Amino acid sequence: MKSAWTARTVDVLVVGSGPAGLAAAIAAREAGVTNLLVLEREAEMGGILKQCIHNGFGLHRFKEELTGPEYAQRDIDLVEELGIEVRCSATVLSVSAERTVTAISREHGLMRFQAGAVVLAMGCRERPRGALAIPGTRCAGVFSAGTAQKLVNLEGAMPGRRVVILGSGDIGLIMARRMTLQGAKVLACVEIMPYSSGLNRNIVQCLHDYDIPLMLNHTVVDIQGRERLTGVTVAQVDFKRQPIAGTEMHFDCDTLLLSVGLIPENELSRQAGVTMNAVTQGAVVDDALETSVPGVFACGNVLHVHDLVDFVSAESFKAGKAAARFALGGARGGRTVAVLDGEGVRGAVPQRIRLPEAGEAVEAVQLLFRPACVYENATIRVLDGDTELIRQKKRILAPGEMADITLKPDMVQRLSGKDITVQIEAGEGVCAWNS
Amino acid sequence: MPVEILIIGGGVVGCAVARELSRLDASVTLIDRADDVAEGASKANSGIVHAGFDAKPDSQKARFNVAGSRMFAGYCREVHAPFVRAGALVLAFDAEQRAHLDKLLAQGNNNGVEGLRMLEQAEVLAMEPAVNPAVLCALYAPTSGLTSPYELTCALADHAAVNGVRFQLNTEATRITRDGSGFAVETSRGVIRADVLVNCAGVFSADLHNQISPRRLSIVPRKGEYYLLDHEETPVFSRTLFQTPTKMGKGVLVSPTAHKTMVLGPTAQDTADALDVATTADALAQVREKALLTWPQMSLRTVITTFAGMRAHEVGDDFIVGETEGAPGAYEAVGIESPGLTAAPAIAQALAAQIAAAHSLTPKAAWVPAPQRPKPFADMTDEERQAACERDPAYGSLVCRCEQVTEAEVRAAIRRPVGARNIDAIKRRTRAGMGRCQGGFCSPRVMEILAEELGISPLAVTKFGGESRVVVGTIADAAKGDA
Repeated sequence: MKSAWTARTVDVLVVGSGPAGLAAAIAAREAGVTNLLVLEREAEMGGILKQCIHNGFGLHRFKEELTGPEYAQRDIDLVEELGIEVRCSATVLSVSAERTVTAISREHGLMRFQAGAVVLAMGCRERPRGALAIPGTRCAGVFSAGTAQKLVNLEGAMPGRRVVILGSGDIGLIMARRMTLQGAKVLACVEIMPYSSGLNRNIVQCLHDYDIPLMLNHTVVDIQGRERLTGVTVAQVDFKRQPIAGTEMHFDCDTLLLSVGLIPENELSRQAGVTMNAVTQGAVVDDALETSVPGVFACGNVLHVHDLVDFVSAESFKAGKAAARFALGGARGGRTVAVLDGEGVRGAVPQRIRLPEAGEAVEAVQLLFRPACVYENATIRVLDGDTELIRQKKRILAPGEMADITLKPDMVQRLSGKDITVQIEAGEGVCAWNS
Repeated sequence: MPVEILIIGGGVVGCAVARELSRLDASVTLIDRADDVAEGASKANSGIVHAGFDAKPDSQKARFNVAGSRMFAGYCREVHAPFVRAGALVLAFDAEQRAHLDKLLAQGNNNGVEGLRMLEQAEVLAMEPAVNPAVLCALYAPTSGLTSPYELTCALADHAAVNGVRFQLNTEATRITRDGSGFAVETSRGVIRADVLVNCAGVFSADLHNQISPRRLSIVPRKGEYYLLDHEETPVFSRTLFQTPTKMGKGVLVSPTAHKTMVLGPTAQDTADALDVATTADALAQVREKALLTWPQMSLRTVITTFAGMRAHEVGDDFIVGETEGAPGAYEAVGIESPGLTAAPAIAQALAAQIAAAHSLTPKAAWVPAPQRPKPFADMTDEERQAACERDPAYGSLVCRCEQVTEAEVRAAIRRPVGARNIDAIKRRTRAGMGRCQGGFCSPRVMEILAEELGISPLAVTKFGGESRVVVGTIADAAKGDA
């Protein structure tokens, strides 16, 4: 059907105003883009930081400890100072490969934009109970940790009194402490893996400090309660993560919180025809955070799930700047080389690096990835074909903490054009739990 | 005085009966133990409209299945419920199974099922390329269809309600006694007197029957567990795929749903407790294992959820439909398991005709058509979305991201004739929370809207009525130790 209205042209359109979208918008404006628009589906800017009222944000970027809302407010203030147009309560419905963006809001009705460049910054969502196929009833009282966090911190509602937490992701750990401080009894944090996927500081500050047991190699095998949750059964698992018969134990509880993984929310990216990476569940991007669709960029948790918002911001500044360059100056062109996950490495981002032209000013390229398991005294190696570019010793590497390694400008300058591989060489310590 | 008719049970059969009876000059009330209609087997089944080759000839199941199947497309059109004539294949993997399919084909022809034919391997794989290439042949039933059983039930309830049927939910029938020429039904909310009783109580229907009839009926609740997978850009299968029943069991089906998601299941376990719809590790493992036969490349990457439903299996293995033996004035639909969803329209028609004849009920002067159902936002074109927003700005406010459900639709679901009063009821009527995040994002907002519309505190909002409150109090109360 032919459209009844014409699209408004914008130079850079940012989808989302969480930390990623805000940083991308600020960077695009600072790079000279004046016709800039941010679309936000919620009523206010700030994304998930709005409900993260605990502190610990901003240590890298601001060298001080902020709460989530404080961290977000700094960028929101800047966005407002810079006069960047933001439409809240506006949900993006589609993004096309030609960068036509359709959105809807109560205030503006259906909107259509033709963007010079698009920055995808939709963030991620939590893996729900259903996706885990945990046996049992489908009673009330089972929440993803982030939903419970929203209920407590934004709605002032108490999800329950006696709590078991499945999964030791950071939101689960934070909620263990939050529920405890609010007067609930948190009985245990149950983790199917032999290690936590959360930050070590959160395990210490949210579990150990409150004597909440972290049960590694355990999972919930049954959920009970006809209407409201009355209890869960927890069992130990073997090295294949299968429950071991005879190890079952029962917990009387009215609440089960799930912190079992975050999934980048890429429905719009797929619609636009962006090539996805199976490991990160985000887009495949180059060192400018540009996806396989020219002029469409991705950053923050929609690209790959980060541990720290500081790194989301850093990545998104890059994306915003690159989007501005694309919108004002056009495509970069040129050849790229692939960055491959080697032994012990999962989900290296970016997946491609552009080979610089002769005489071009080159920036350093930071590679981010997750170790496949826990390593002690291991070595991160970056190979250009078979030639070692970098080797760097690390005392501890764990899946719960994103690792990084940087190719300095002179290294990027000298790239041979062969595939680049990032790998982890186990040290004298064992590669723990590598079964 | 109009004839007082009481329907016990608000599943698809009870609501279909209510709709048929609403055509007549009578006073009709429907009660259900739950906080919504469709809360039993009607919300948790395969959603298949069976062609009718499976039922034993001359059984009530065969009669009502074939009749219901023929009615279904028009029926769904009339009440504005989803129906897709997807077709079905029964797969055979060896000569013994092929022989069984031959029997099913003959039986289907005998039952009057139209269009049945055998397909050889190449034709099967051309139709459904993701089917196990080891397939030998298949019985093809082009008339097999898909519906959304809970949406159909809700639509029937609405249509009955706009024609005067009273819906009294949260009302459980506990005891039935004779009261003159009628009945006194003790419920969790007091005694209800009725001249005519219609027992559509699903897994509880035999217990109620036995209170008023010398004939003993016995229902063995039979649980069925399922996996539900998210819709994909390219659906894996476009038809319902059955496996040939063998000595080893009935197999499981792999089928698209009316909403382009996919179901795998069900299992069959006899269960002592009719309300025990918990899923179990063993049964879910069985589903996975059996589904592999149909779909060797099975991927559970997109699992949305797992669920279980309870079949009202009567030991006589057939539907019992009609006047209750030894209890004039009482009617029943007992033992309604598969193909009960398919049969529901025909069962309702038969019961209503029998009741009308026996009690000299005449058609109402004015019987209004089913309320129009606005097109879901998710299915609208941009132009339609713009127009919807202009009509009602609440269409501009997205509540559920996964299924693209708007605030306007959530509010409308609450304001329907038999409106949603809890989160699961919203989900069944709008699909908000039905998608891959399972309400993670939308449930707090749905709670707010429910509270606003119903004039209750958000703290009182339940997942599905009763004690299924979502939250236990405010954080302020919790800090004081009261929550």
